[in-house]
Amino acid sequence: MNYHSRKLLKLNLAPWRMATVGALLLAGLVMVGGRAFYLQGINTDYLQGKGDAVANRNLTLPAHRGQVTDRHGQLLAISTPVESLWARPADLALTPDQVAHLARVLDLSPADLSTILAHKTRGEFAVRRPLTPEQAVKVAAMGLPGLSLRREFRRYYPAGEVTAQVVGFTNVDDKGQEGVERAYQDWLAGRAGERQILRDRHGNAIRDLAPIKTAQMGGNLTLSIDLRIQYLAYRELTAAVAKHKAKGGSIVVLDAKTGEILALANQPGFNPNNRQNYKPDLMRNRAVIDTFEPGSTIKPFVAAAVLERGLFRPDSVIDTPDDFRVGNKLVRDDHHHDRLTVTQIIQVSSNIGAAKMAMTLTPQQHWEVLHRAGFGQLPGSGFPGESAGRLRDPRTWKPVEQATMAYGYGLSVSLLQLSRAYMAFANDGEVMPLSFLKREPQEITGERVFSAHVAREVRAMMEAVTQEGGTGTLTRVPGYRVAGKTGTAHKLVDGRYSPNRYLASFIGMAPASNPRLIIGVAIDEPMDGVYYGGSVAGPVFAQVMAGSLRMLGLPPDAPETETKMTENTSSTKGGA
Amino acid sequence: MSRVNVILALVLVACALAVVQAQHRARTYFVELERLKKEAHGLDEQWGQLQLEQGTWANPARIDTIARTRLGLVAPPHDRVRIETVTGAP
Repeated sequence: MNYHSRKLLKLNLAPWRMATVGALLLAGLVMVGGRAFYLQGINTDYLQGKGDAVANRNLTLPAHRGQVTDRHGQLLAISTPVESLWARPADLALTPDQVAHLARVLDLSPADLSTILAHKTRGEFAVRRPLTPEQAVKVAAMGLPGLSLRREFRRYYPAGEVTAQVVGFTNVDDKGQEGVERAYQDWLAGRAGERQILRDRHGNAIRDLAPIKTAQMGGNLTLSIDLRIQYLAYRELTAAVAKHKAKGGSIVVLDAKTGEILALANQPGFNPNNRQNYKPDLMRNRAVIDTFEPGSTIKPFVAAAVLERGLFRPDSVIDTPDDFRVGNKLVRDDHHHDRLTVTQIIQVSSNIGAAKMAMTLTPQQHWEVLHRAGFGQLPGSGFPGESAGRLRDPRTWKPVEQATMAYGYGLSVSLLQLSRAYMAFANDGEVMPLSFLKREPQEITGERVFSAHVAREVRAMMEAVTQEGGTGTLTRVPGYRVAGKTGTAHKLVDGRYSPNRYLASFIGMAPASNPRLIIGVAIDEPMDGVYYGGSVAGPVFAQVMAGSLRMLGLPPDAPETETKMTENTSSTKGGA
Repeated sequence: MSRVNVILALVLVACALAVVQAQHRARTYFVELERLKKEAHGLDEQWGQLQLEQGTWANPARIDTIARTRLGLVAPPHDRVRIETVTGAP
């Protein structure tokens, strides 16, 4: 068939019109083709990226920080997610009604909220962090433009002030700043994981695009602390510091058999859950970081040194004249006695007696005993900022210094260090390494400081301290035999010994027949007129020891006849 | 020859449908897995919050106050306590 040959169907078109339409169609084709080539070929990376951005997502898998618990699993620190409210100024468009409603939810005045929201910043800023769960639900329900909820982990310390200085705290970035939180940062911190997913239109994950990097949760930590004893210690210490109008105080409770720190509290304290009145001074763990001159609490070490060398026996009699001089320094006792046995020197805390015993040793021998007991060295608890105290080189000691060192001046110790050293007396001569972490009994090996024989003899002397005529009668615990030593040291203020500022201390152990607990108490500058270690620190010791022994269920070791609490007489005067 | 082709074509269609089916199932299971993971995560968080709550209720300071003031409890005096030593197996 030939259409052209039919007259009726003959198309009568000017050739230029054909050409124009043809050209237009071709141009269209070229344009579409060119565009397709541009998008598919040249610009493909950019567009692919855009597409991926819609469908693919990189998710961070949050890892939370490990928990810290006490030895029985009671929670001391936990991270838990909370919502916080963030605003993006660029998208903010709230009606006054919405502002008023939001202000009500956030417990703010509308004016205050407006000021906060008027904050000009390029990115996002936090309006409130954290929100309470109820607030979060309400804010989410409002669905306000430019405001979003963000999920963050926040650290809580259920025991609050009671364990504040031991557990420490973390900063906003979840990094440990103080205490155990800092010491075990690497262990506690989690490592966030990552996964790449493909999402559908509704934002559901469809499949993983890359192998998942699993989040590594932070490790949990079980401390050696026993929260019940810790609370008791904290309560009694706080009461004593308030009662004696003292500047501060510390208490340490050690397990004599394992070296574990069962409790450690300080005053003043702070609440780690609310750090608005942040004062670095309050969060210092004084028992570990601060050092002081130990005063009479050092005397048992002198006694042990002379007993060990066979220079004296516990019942050797020593003259203690009140004009005893070393060089041109007069050594004084608060109460004069003409002569005392070694046991009595410890019992009544005679400076003259202690100095006389020390002078029978060479400085090197004297130093050696103190060094072996751990003075001048880090106690090794692993606590950040732990202090080693000060013990000078014996070659620089002058005789007068050696004499004063016998009753605890001229060297400095921390309370933890001193309590640790007393483990030698409690544990038949062996000192166990300290630990803030709960440990299994089989993993410990002690370090021998004294022979078992000497340690027992000195312990018997220290038991006399708590008996009639001693300086520590207020430290008795009904039903148990207690051994310990009082200390009342003048404080060094601006290079001089202050006549009226003291550090009252008591370190003791019970049951004395086979000590299980060592408790060290130091009260800094008691200001209500009572300042002897036996009367200020002693009662704190007695209360905490009685409670702890009961909690641990240790059988009483005092003979039945003595279990009736003898009237605590006020004859608690002792040596300085 | 043509019969073989027809059979192969049918097998091919069946396979293609099976792939679609499998893919669909994989996605459904994946969504389910995601949901359960989310649930596990949520439960984990709830567990943490409950632990926190428990820790707060069990705060020794709180128990001490309640025992002393509201319940009027006191620690038994020493002479009212007898410690028994258990010997041998029960």
